[in-house]
Amino acid sequence: MISTVGLHFDGRFFWTSLLHPSSAFLQGLWATVYMSVVAQLLATVLGLALALARRSKVGVVRGVAWSYAWMMRGTPLLVQLALVYFGLAAAGIYRFANLTVGPVTIPGEVQAAILTFTLNEAAYMGEIIRAALAAVDPGQMEAAMSTGMTPSRAMRLVVVPQAVRFVIPPLGNDFNALMKNTSLASIIGVQEMFLVSEQVSSVTFNTFEIYLVASLYYLGLTTVWSVIQAVIERRIDRRWGIRREPRRWSATWSRRRTVLDVGLGA
Amino acid sequence: MAAPGGSAEGGPDVAVPLDLVVSAVDVHKSFRDVEVLKGVSLDVARGEVVVLIGPSGSGKTTFLRCINHLETVDQGRIYVNGRLVGYRTDRRGRIREERASAIARQRADIGFVFQHFNLYPNRSVLDNVCLGPRKVRRVSRDEAERAGRALLRRVGLGSKIDAHPAQLSGGQKQRVAIARALAMQPKLILFDEPTSALDPEMIGEVLTVIRDLASEGMTMVVVSHEMGFAREVADQVVMMDDGAIVEKGRPAELFDRPAHERTRAFLAKIL
Repeated sequence: MISTVGLHFDGRFFWTSLLHPSSAFLQGLWATVYMSVVAQLLATVLGLALALARRSKVGVVRGVAWSYAWMMRGTPLLVQLALVYFGLAAAGIYRFANLTVGPVTIPGEVQAAILTFTLNEAAYMGEIIRAALAAVDPGQMEAAMSTGMTPSRAMRLVVVPQAVRFVIPPLGNDFNALMKNTSLASIIGVQEMFLVSEQVSSVTFNTFEIYLVASLYYLGLTTVWSVIQAVIERRIDRRWGIRREPRRWSATWSRRRTVLDVGLGA
Repeated sequence: MAAPGGSAEGGPDVAVPLDLVVSAVDVHKSFRDVEVLKGVSLDVARGEVVVLIGPSGSGKTTFLRCINHLETVDQGRIYVNGRLVGYRTDRRGRIREERASAIARQRADIGFVFQHFNLYPNRSVLDNVCLGPRKVRRVSRDEAERAGRALLRRVGLGSKIDAHPAQLSGGQKQRVAIARALAMQPKLILFDEPTSALDPEMIGEVLTVIRDLASEGMTMVVVSHEMGFAREVADQVVMMDDGAIVEKGRPAELFDRPAHERTRAFLAKIL
């Protein structure tokens, strides 16, 4: 143990927690991952529906979709979690109970958290998908319709697949935020990574160490995701017949050097 | 949508002569307050090649887009193969816009080639050509691809089957677009300035393909600024200005002895 004046850092505790995390911590990590993934998937589907609703010919449908985004984006996620889990129960509207599906039991608070994250993220995904659909050249729709596709089929077969390319970068950004925001579910008692860390902290008093470990795990998650995202983006580019530099960093570096060389030469 | 005016006699299969592929009657169209088509009437016979010329803003492209209902019509009617395009007569005899599925069926028989190609950038050249036949005509993938390969060879792109649009030149893209239109086995092809977005050295390869189609008897309406091509390939040249047809005739007549001052002025400027 390092102990100088004012500095307490239990190195052994830190490394053990980091390299051999307790099963409670790993379960918390798993909860963080699956809440994020499930909420993001559901939010993407719901977001597509919202984006299409925003383009509806029917004014009421457009209005409902707009109001939804307005409310979800205009209130804090933390408050939404409390409202859905504590608020609904207190008002006697709905109480989230544990749900057992086959061998797994999904605790009530986890259901509430996934629901809230989904509803919240869907509002953002709706905006992202709406912008992506608008970014597809209107000529694509016309070309598809001129080969005898109905507008809805043209949308499905031609426009939406192209919008995916514009959706991935901002979706990746949102998913990164969502993974970190799952820590908010601790206030409704979800045993995710942050709440577990908090509990470890209150038992061991290694507060700095365990929160540092949690931070590194969050950093690990977002880093893994950024790699996955890059792979997805490159795959889509390949589908479009666009070839990117195989190694982005070296390309950036060499471009910079070229600029510098030109600057020196001039 | 504004339905075209006129009385109830405009049911679909009225007396349009059988050999007329396109029959447009008094077509009017406005964008907001601007009337861009002021009563355009035009007949196109089977196997005929009609080239629309005229200054920009004269309504050529809008008229072409009305023929496959990419634009609605405010007044007047357009028949393709004897069928009213985009509209139907309801039980009370009023003319209303057709349902999306019916419009789609009509468009399946009308090829359209765009100025900016509008190829699907996320699909290979072969998939661009095969998507329509597979999804609209319900042709099997194997059969669609066999036909697609043959079409691509026909437009000189047999070696580009697996390429992506991003890897093609403008002339190659436009030839893929023509193959895509042909894959639906249309009875009529509409070309909207097919060479206007091309570098000069690529215009020839696209016009050659269109010329070949003409010699095979394909019915076509072409908006073009290529007067040499019009003179050589057109059966009928139509001069439009300010939303109306100024005059029409065989290319030799229209180019060498234009009857109207506006045609003379336009040709003097462009030739």
